[in-house]
Amino acid sequence: MSTLEAPERPHDDVGEHDDEHHDHPTDKKYVKIAVILAVLTAAEIATYPGEDLLGSFLIPILLVLMVIKFWYVAAFFMHLKFDARMFSWVFIAGLATAAIVYIIVLATFEFFV
Amino acid sequence: MAEVTIPAPVVTHDGHGHGTTTGVSNPKLGMWVFLGSECMLFGGLISTYLLYKDRIGDAGIAGRDVFDIPFTSVSSFVLLMSSLTMVLAVSAIGRGDHRRTRTWLLATAMLGGVFIAGQLYEFTAFYREGLGFTTSLFSSAFFTLTGFHGVHVTVGIVMLLSLYTLSLKGRLPTERAESVEIVGLYWHFVDIVWILIFTLVYLIP
Amino acid sequence: MAITEDRPLALPVGEPAPLTEPPLGVFRRPTTATGWRSWLTTVDHKRIGIMYGAAAIVFLIVGGVAGLFIRLQLAVPDGTVLSADMYNQVFTMHGTVMIFLVVMPIGAAFSNYLIPLQIGARDVAFPRLNAFSFWCFLGGGIFLNSSWFLGGAPDGGWFNYAPNSGVVFSPTNGIDFWNLGIIITGIASLVGAVNLITTVVNMRAPGMSLMKMPVFTWMALVTQFLLLFAVPVLTVAQVLLMMDRLYDANFFNVDAGADPLLWQHLFWIFGHPEVYLMILPAFGIVSEILPTFSRKPIFGYPFIVFSGVAIGFMGFGVWAHHMFATGMGPLSVAAFSLATMFIAVPTGVKILNWTATMWGGKLRFDTPMLFAIGLVTMFTIGGLSGVTHAIAPADTQQTDTYYIVAHFHYVLFGGAFFGFMGGFYFWWPKVFGHTLGERLGKWNFWTLLLGFNLTFGPMHILGLQGMSRRIYTYSDGYGFNLWNFVATIGAFIIAFSVLLFVINIIASHRRAKHEPPVGPDPWDARSLEWMLQSPTPAHNFDEVPTVTQLDEFWHRKYAEDDHGVVRRVATADEIAQPGDGTGVHLPSPSYWPLVTCIALPIIAWGLIFSLWLALIGGAVLVTGIYGWVMEPPDDLDGGGIGGHHHADDGPAERTEVPADADAPAVEQEVAPVG
Repeated sequence: MSTLEAPERPHDDVGEHDDEHHDHPTDKKYVKIAVILAVLTAAEIATYPGEDLLGSFLIPILLVLMVIKFWYVAAFFMHLKFDARMFSWVFIAGLATAAIVYIIVLATFEFFV
Repeated sequence: MAEVTIPAPVVTHDGHGHGTTTGVSNPKLGMWVFLGSECMLFGGLISTYLLYKDRIGDAGIAGRDVFDIPFTSVSSFVLLMSSLTMVLAVSAIGRGDHRRTRTWLLATAMLGGVFIAGQLYEFTAFYREGLGFTTSLFSSAFFTLTGFHGVHVTVGIVMLLSLYTLSLKGRLPTERAESVEIVGLYWHFVDIVWILIFTLVYLIP
Repeated sequence: MAITEDRPLALPVGEPAPLTEPPLGVFRRPTTATGWRSWLTTVDHKRIGIMYGAAAIVFLIVGGVAGLFIRLQLAVPDGTVLSADMYNQVFTMHGTVMIFLVVMPIGAAFSNYLIPLQIGARDVAFPRLNAFSFWCFLGGGIFLNSSWFLGGAPDGGWFNYAPNSGVVFSPTNGIDFWNLGIIITGIASLVGAVNLITTVVNMRAPGMSLMKMPVFTWMALVTQFLLLFAVPVLTVAQVLLMMDRLYDANFFNVDAGADPLLWQHLFWIFGHPEVYLMILPAFGIVSEILPTFSRKPIFGYPFIVFSGVAIGFMGFGVWAHHMFATGMGPLSVAAFSLATMFIAVPTGVKILNWTATMWGGKLRFDTPMLFAIGLVTMFTIGGLSGVTHAIAPADTQQTDTYYIVAHFHYVLFGGAFFGFMGGFYFWWPKVFGHTLGERLGKWNFWTLLLGFNLTFGPMHILGLQGMSRRIYTYSDGYGFNLWNFVATIGAFIIAFSVLLFVINIIASHRRAKHEPPVGPDPWDARSLEWMLQSPTPAHNFDEVPTVTQLDEFWHRKYAEDDHGVVRRVATADEIAQPGDGTGVHLPSPSYWPLVTCIALPIIAWGLIFSLWLALIGGAVLVTGIYGWVMEPPDDLDGGGIGGHHHADDGPAERTEVPADADAPAVEQEVAPVG
């Protein structure tokens, strides 16, 4: 019975911890990631004045930056990287289903032509 | 027998004081499952927008005619930073530092509020420039997508302020830290959706 | 603000909880365990399952009567029973009610009742959310049907294609009722899906790995994932339509440049998984019944499971086969045609496995078995016509004819509904403590089989002869007269059969008063729910069993002897749990789910008629949510809100409650970690 044990910390989940050096990012690490996100956002915004220069590279670059930011928030701020795999699976299931289904719909509307 | 031993409140993996099959908590798993479904919801709204973004109708007002990219960039930055303050709130309550928790919760709510204020300002500006909800397919799709997102942010702010109030009243002990984490998950998701919207709606011409 | 709470937190089984000072007045949790009020505040998954089933049967009558009106109108050429406008409303409501208020809720009924029992749990992950799902569904169903009295029912077909469903072509409020009503029931489904997925993933008995779960639980799990990902898409479509209808948006206004196919795509991305989520629970039910009445394990358990999962996945990839005649373009048509042909494969695997289960078994043809075999045969017919639809050129002739009507009734009625009937007869003793009458049951089955085939069999012919769907009448001389008339006769035989079912329910209930209780295992079945007394005790398991294999209960009754012959080693009564778990802690009842749910139809009526009403509804909603969050905690119910709101439901007062130092340490039942 666990009644007399010390309350467990929420982030000490008995899930897999496959991270690098520590159990769980420190506040400093979070701030660092926020800085990275800010830099990425700045890069995104920088494409705006430089749209013509980038030409057909514009959209791929923006999409890549978008995905990287997405990943950083999901993996670190939402703690997916350190939590049980289960969470990642259900989220990715939703994400993948949405991406595939809606890309197909747009394709039937000849959106990518 | 009516006597019970009240256990010292323990929030273990399922938040109930009981073990779970996978070792992950029920409420947290529930939130992730819910977020999976939200992907389908926002995916539908985003696809509708993408389909209709060039159908600007008789009014002829396209996104680029009214978007103020610098302004929206600041908004995006604000929302992004609110994710940082959110995660700091989770970290603080995990340490048992309730004052900091409240500080960061309030900061997150306020940053969210700034974001919403920015959205409202933007929308009224668009309206004054001739882009209303029913002006064209593009406008309907734009306002529905960003409106839904805004409502989600607002609900998040309400939850954050509720947590703040509970904490102030001493009803958010360290044992209940997971609730902050779960609200955090919702908040980060809403931020992620904005990351998508910012690129797909504003930045991609 | 220290609030002391000195009432005990546990709700002991079998005794009324002592009333003490409520800490926050109205926020005291209800304590009634009996009477009609206890049903309003229950969070017990079994009671919720029963309520789902009961409500669904009432809606079955509603939808069935609508169906009878359709058949009456079409019995003879130039029928005069219904006007064209009325006919549109009747067939729209027939479909909408049957799908959203009958088949889906019956699936929910079985899932809610059985899943925790089959996995060895005490309740679902979020009991109050479970109650919320039910009341939400009921509210949505009542709201939808209120349209009959408030200006007319929706009339654009159950799929309400835009732009026909816009205000220009459908000016009455009917479709607004449809939109909002289905959004409300959609919320119920979504919340239920989050609940049941979390339950199955996280609350299994020790030793019950995923591949040891009963097939029904597996199929129900896949169904929940389908719901989880499909319902939001319908919500998007309906929100867009609502924006058009209520706020003059232009999403489906072709003059403004809209593409009507947008509605169809969004709808069918939901709509196709929808039909799989209607049939999968029935598939699960049949997979429980057939082995029991063949006295053989299910043939190829992994294949049955994986084919169910495959159906779930692939179900999201075939939706545009409902759109072959829309001019999508040959590439799309070909792709979806191919995908649709492929999806027949996993279903075929199931049919094969079910047949192989029966092969060589010691068959008993009790009523549940008859209905199960009915599903296998009738669904096969429906599936075969489905394969013909997959061939896009053939479908171009078949679409929008009665051939399609025949197909989907064979799979949904002959499939899902027959399966559900089998499930009712099978699990009735577990739920209510007595079996349904066997003689009436057989009459029920055979009349249903006869009536069903008489009604829908001829529709294949009518369809291929060119009778179009959704027409309120047809003229003499087309050659449609005979089979329409036959179909109408069949429909009334169906009605008679349903009447027999209701009579059986009542008669069996009366008879049960004079009979000994049926015991835990009347059918000599295989899964964990049969290990409990009938009717199931409120707390489910006295002691959570440890599971070592599939069909755990069966293997406790039977084992192979030295010669490899299967012999009974224990009777059900010896193994069954006596049902007297004392000190088992159950989630406390709550009335906040009900309060929250009342708000939703009020908001919906408000959006249609008066914004003030919507605001009042909004206030009730916010009150309901806060009441829910703030009500006193209950150990097992800490995660009551799940999803949106913080799982925390209240005060830290627990630390202030004086632990009764000299009370025996009543064992708080801990579901051991798997």
